[in-house]
Amino acid sequence: MLPEATHDQHHPALAHQFDSLAAQSEATTLGMWVFLATEVLFFGGLFACYAVYRAWYPEAFAAASRSIDITLGATNTVVLITSSLTMALAVHAAQTGKRKVLMTFLVITMVLGVVFLGIKSVEYYQKFTEHHIPGPNFSFEDGKFNRHAQLFFSLYFAMTGLHAVHMIIGLGIMLTMLWWSWRGIITPEYYSPIEISGLYWHFVDIVWIFLFPLLYLIGRHAH
Amino acid sequence: MATLLLPPRHYLNDGYGIKSWLLTRDHKRIGLLYLAAITLFFFVGGAMAVLIRLELATPVGDLVSDETYNKLFTMHGVMMVFFFLIPSIPATLGNFLIPIMIGAKDLAFPKLNLASWYIYICGGLFTLYALVAGGVDTGWTFYTPFSTVSSTTNVIPTALGIFVTGFSSILTGFNFIVTIHRMRAPGLTWFRMPLFLWSMYATSLIMVLGTPVLAVTILLVALERLFHFGFFDPAVGGDPVLFQHLFWFYSHPAVYIMILPSMGVVSELVAAFCRKQIFGYSFVAFASVGIAVLGFLVWGHHMFVAGESVFASMIFSALSFLVAIPSAVKVFNWTATMYKGSISWQTPMLYAVGFIGLFTIGGLTGLFLASVGLDIHVTDTYFIIAHFHYIMVGGALMGYLGGLHYWWPKISGRMYPEFLAKLSAGIIFLGFNLTFFPQFILGYLGMPRRYHAYPPEFQVLNVLSSAGASILGVGYLIPMLYLMWSLRYGKIAGSNPWGAVGLEWTTTSPPPTENFAVTPIVTWDAYEYGTRVKDHVA
Amino acid sequence: MWSGTPLFPEQASTMASRVDALYFFLLAISVFFSLLIAGLIVFYAIRYHRKHEDSVGENFHGGMALEITWTVIPFLITIVIFVWGASVFFAMSRPPDETLNIYVVGKQWMWKFQHLDGQREINELHVPLGRPVKLIMTSEDVIHDVFVPAFRVKADVLPGRYTTIWFEPTKPGRYHLFCAEYCGTRHSGMTGEVIVMEPSEFQTWLSGGAQQGSLASAGGKLFNDLACNTCHRPDAQGRGPVLEGLFGKTVTLQNGETMTVDEAYVRESILQPAAKITAGFQPIMPTFQGLVTEEQLLELIEYVKSLRALPQVQTP
Repeated sequence: MLPEATHDQHHPALAHQFDSLAAQSEATTLGMWVFLATEVLFFGGLFACYAVYRAWYPEAFAAASRSIDITLGATNTVVLITSSLTMALAVHAAQTGKRKVLMTFLVITMVLGVVFLGIKSVEYYQKFTEHHIPGPNFSFEDGKFNRHAQLFFSLYFAMTGLHAVHMIIGLGIMLTMLWWSWRGIITPEYYSPIEISGLYWHFVDIVWIFLFPLLYLIGRHAH
Repeated sequence: MATLLLPPRHYLNDGYGIKSWLLTRDHKRIGLLYLAAITLFFFVGGAMAVLIRLELATPVGDLVSDETYNKLFTMHGVMMVFFFLIPSIPATLGNFLIPIMIGAKDLAFPKLNLASWYIYICGGLFTLYALVAGGVDTGWTFYTPFSTVSSTTNVIPTALGIFVTGFSSILTGFNFIVTIHRMRAPGLTWFRMPLFLWSMYATSLIMVLGTPVLAVTILLVALERLFHFGFFDPAVGGDPVLFQHLFWFYSHPAVYIMILPSMGVVSELVAAFCRKQIFGYSFVAFASVGIAVLGFLVWGHHMFVAGESVFASMIFSALSFLVAIPSAVKVFNWTATMYKGSISWQTPMLYAVGFIGLFTIGGLTGLFLASVGLDIHVTDTYFIIAHFHYIMVGGALMGYLGGLHYWWPKISGRMYPEFLAKLSAGIIFLGFNLTFFPQFILGYLGMPRRYHAYPPEFQVLNVLSSAGASILGVGYLIPMLYLMWSLRYGKIAGSNPWGAVGLEWTTTSPPPTENFAVTPIVTWDAYEYGTRVKDHVA
Repeated sequence: MWSGTPLFPEQASTMASRVDALYFFLLAISVFFSLLIAGLIVFYAIRYHRKHEDSVGENFHGGMALEITWTVIPFLITIVIFVWGASVFFAMSRPPDETLNIYVVGKQWMWKFQHLDGQREINELHVPLGRPVKLIMTSEDVIHDVFVPAFRVKADVLPGRYTTIWFEPTKPGRYHLFCAEYCGTRHSGMTGEVIVMEPSEFQTWLSGGAQQGSLASAGGKLFNDLACNTCHRPDAQGRGPVLEGLFGKTVTLQNGETMTVDEAYVRESILQPAAKITAGFQPIMPTFQGLVTEEQLLELIEYVKSLRALPQVQTP
């Protein structure tokens, strides 16, 4: 009775509402792009706030930006870009059906993600000891920027915090992908889960590529 | 005519018991889960509206305290906007109909669809918790700095509820976009799609692109309130008006999330009850997309009095007028469709016509508000209240009820009682106008919104409005009762009781779980009545 | 019961009739289109009522000419409304040169008004007939909104900045003053009255009662009490800029930007002196955040405004 039961392309991963795996993977890929559009707008609200306040208080933002540790930030940028590379290699391994390679690259990607979060927490801890957490205990070295630097750090924590949440979700997705690869669910015929997880991972990296200059570099040009 | 029977196998008898519903992935059952949930919120929000109107029957504010009154209108707004109007048509009729109308077995992501219902319920529980824990008094707009520093009520649970529910809305829109792109039956090109699908597509775009901005804005308010971060706080150089920009960037398009689906429903109803193709099909279709796109560019018209620059106000005013054009095009096309139609006046058509009339008034009064010089006087008064209730209640809700009646035979397999339905449609129309028309006059007189007590000379108009509200309340109760009654006792409908075209009328009522025994192949345009109707009449 | 029920608000300012003219124009358009649509629907409903159970509508496709017509005509109408509305708005947003300035401070849940001559009132505002009045407004806490329906004016009152509205009363009487932006529990109690008086009566009222001197003189006293005068001296020898004749002038800041000295700038310079330093001066001024109230700020601003340029001092 069910038409797909007789379909020649029948596959255990094929959902009943699709006629073929190809149609299914097209739909999931489109879905991920639509989801990323949502994400762009999600971060977009924060970038809008940033743009407004930086235009209003450029000097305070530059001063506050100089107080963040650029070495840690740059290291993290390298770590994330590398993880994007290993993620892309993982997708390639999935396409060509190399299960061990795929799993290895997934593990490396996850390790790099964890390293990123580790460095990020060191930075947060520094900010905490320097009283740069916005709120009643906030204080900034250069008193004349005390108020507006607080705006900068509010945005800093909101933006990097939201980014970190996305990283943690990404690690969860990677763990699932590792499990699926191990179970043999991922095959050269059905690797779209790896592909769309990769899309997500790259997106989170790209957000960082925007955050890094906006938060770390704006006060660094010659004075 | 032979006695009609329900089909032996359909989605409603494909499994019984609570688990078969709560774990279902069938888009039709999920649509009904939503129907139950939003009906609950509609009546809770409606009860608050009744209390508000009772309070306003006298000018002195003697029924409830000012604090309670503020909580009432806040919760009324939160529940009606976020938990009723936004999910209303998309999550119920959209869920039920989109796969059937495109000849698919289900939405692209059935598990996500079920998840989005649970997310909605989760957000609803936070909001109900906020209500039980003492309510919240910020207004549904959560303006800072009142919401961040001044209010002492349950802002956080309510904000959390809206935040969470937003994701249900995003997932629904996301599912619809992918489904409409990827799962149409062979032959069903974009320009053969029923207009309801066009409107759902436009709505989904707004849900996917607008809602995340609201989510992040609410997040910032929560951070500011809980941890004294500064985003909108003047004490650290922040701008409270920036909050309004972010809030309305979503919440103005959200109005189109509410009205576009109703416009889609009305297109279906007008075509079906005139039995002819919608006049200017492609104009109506593009008008939906046009409204969705332009809707993102007009948010600043909510801030003409909020210290926005003169230049910005001018731009937003001009853009706001542009949105009026596609809306007007739709109204003219619906009216023109009736010309030389074969018009039948059953209940859904009454709602459709009610929609066109009330939406016209709502839309035209929108011109008053887009015009800056005039908006200054009427903004934040009852004029606004009347205007957006004409759009949201007179428009969105009329469309919803019309659609619910039209597709009820498809959903339940049974007919609703026609006489009672016509009667209640009439009661709703009268009650609605009596409630909200006086508010236009009140608004121009200068009665501000969100007032618990008011100068005595406004009383007569307020009493009229309150009287209308009680009629309206009765009007809404009747359909709920007879629709439930009809589930068991209604006349068996047959697969196509209206003699309408459209894929949903080619399958049984109620449809089987997989919607169609064989995937249909579409070779005709939407609403092609001329040669095909005889084949379709049951 | 109906006798005391107005259906249209009083016109008591020069702006009222302009706003109302636009209102009636829009009303006419709305009535016309509503009746057109309703009339057509009713006519079609009767004329094309379905005669046979299985009859269908006459099949014809849309007409391009009609579509263009009903796209272009509404478009032209909206352009007319836009231009008209914009011109009314421009008139509203540009006060005449000579206005009677009154300061307004909103707080939960009352209105405080300060006249330049020193009169202060709460929830009541006395203004003279036939003279343009400008309200310079700020809030101590959340957002409020001054709304006088009879004048057809309204503007939000925001914490941390100044907004203004202006009106010219044309009719003596008492008019409602509402807070139109929801501001908390007693929002609907944050109301008052605007009392329009004949100019002579207004003068009497203004000079009546025990006075504490003009706003500027109160500001001057405060200026001395806070020891502002030790640095801001009229002789260009102080450590701070000379304030005489400064208001309304353009100054150059340290970073090279220029800035017009207005209420907002003076306010910021008192509360966050380091934010915008005039070129040639050191950022040595302490902040007065938390030391002066919104009302005292207004007094200080009025004092700075009152300082006329001294003949021998050349302002840069």
